[in-house]
Amino acid sequence: MATAVDLVRDTPFTIGGRTFHSRLMVGTGKYSDAAAMVRAVQASGAEIVTVAVRRIDLDRRRPESVLHHLDPGRYFLLANTAGCYTAEDAIRYARLGREAGFNEFVKLEVIGDEETLLPDVQGLLEATKVLVREGFTVLAYTNEDLVTALRLEAAGAAAVMPLASPIGSGLGLLHPLWVRTIKRRLAVPVVVDAGVGTASDACLTMEQGVDGILMNTAIAQARDPALMAHAMRLAVEAGRAAFRAGRMPKRDVALPSSPTDGMLD
Amino acid sequence: MPETIEIVVNGERRGVPDGTTLLGLLAALDLDARAVVVEHNRRIVRRPGLGDVRIGPGDSIELVHFVGGG
Repeated sequence: MATAVDLVRDTPFTIGGRTFHSRLMVGTGKYSDAAAMVRAVQASGAEIVTVAVRRIDLDRRRPESVLHHLDPGRYFLLANTAGCYTAEDAIRYARLGREAGFNEFVKLEVIGDEETLLPDVQGLLEATKVLVREGFTVLAYTNEDLVTALRLEAAGAAAVMPLASPIGSGLGLLHPLWVRTIKRRLAVPVVVDAGVGTASDACLTMEQGVDGILMNTAIAQARDPALMAHAMRLAVEAGRAAFRAGRMPKRDVALPSSPTDGMLD
Repeated sequence: MPETIEIVVNGERRGVPDGTTLLGLLAALDLDARAVVVEHNRRIVRRPGLGDVRIGPGDSIELVHFVGGG
């Protein structure tokens, strides 16, 4: 008989040769303060935590490094290239991030439009090729376009990260079909990045069969970030388990759950 | 007294004594070299080399670290 542990045992979640237990990755931006961020990160159960590379404030007006609050021995720090609008800038930030950080991973963003923060897919492909050549493990933030996802994989991306909806929008999973299709067609891990608003969004996203989710705003901007982080952790686990369990077929008519015979006269 | 040269650090003009090294600049700014990544004229200089690189007039230096982000 299967034990509870057998029931929940999943295939390992491996990116770029490293295996992780949690399929939820979280960002560290947009929190009211560092203590709230740390509580939320802890509650999320995430191992992979994203950070950004920015100028040090020489006048000490801006907060100190995030490393003052997160132990790099405990969390796997994933540097991003957020805010970069050209391949050249993204490559520069990636190199700085690798130098500041503790690993060769980069969450590559090359943004093409300020209003939607949609990726510049041409710049993204270009930067992916260069960074892969330089030994980076590239996790590429992209849209839900299958052809771009296939090209990113061919260019050597270690993971492809289609959006659920625009960054910071909280609109949830707009195109389940395309995210599902990308997952079905790619061999590398698919991690949905951006757009999740609440736990049901995370659950629905995981039910598409993707390998994981990265989110920031949904947790950071919740009224109680740590509680939302807890909810997201459960939702990601629930969605993953539901996907693996295989849902029942939908039907348009009712089918009784209780026996129709043995009824009283 | 060495002459003062003008450089750009994180986008702002600053004067430093001629002969200052990157390591010396970090010390003058009260920054821990272990917590900073230094880019000197668009080239990353690793920690062990910071004391070997002298800053020249007009040099552009970026001092970065990790902040919260998504």
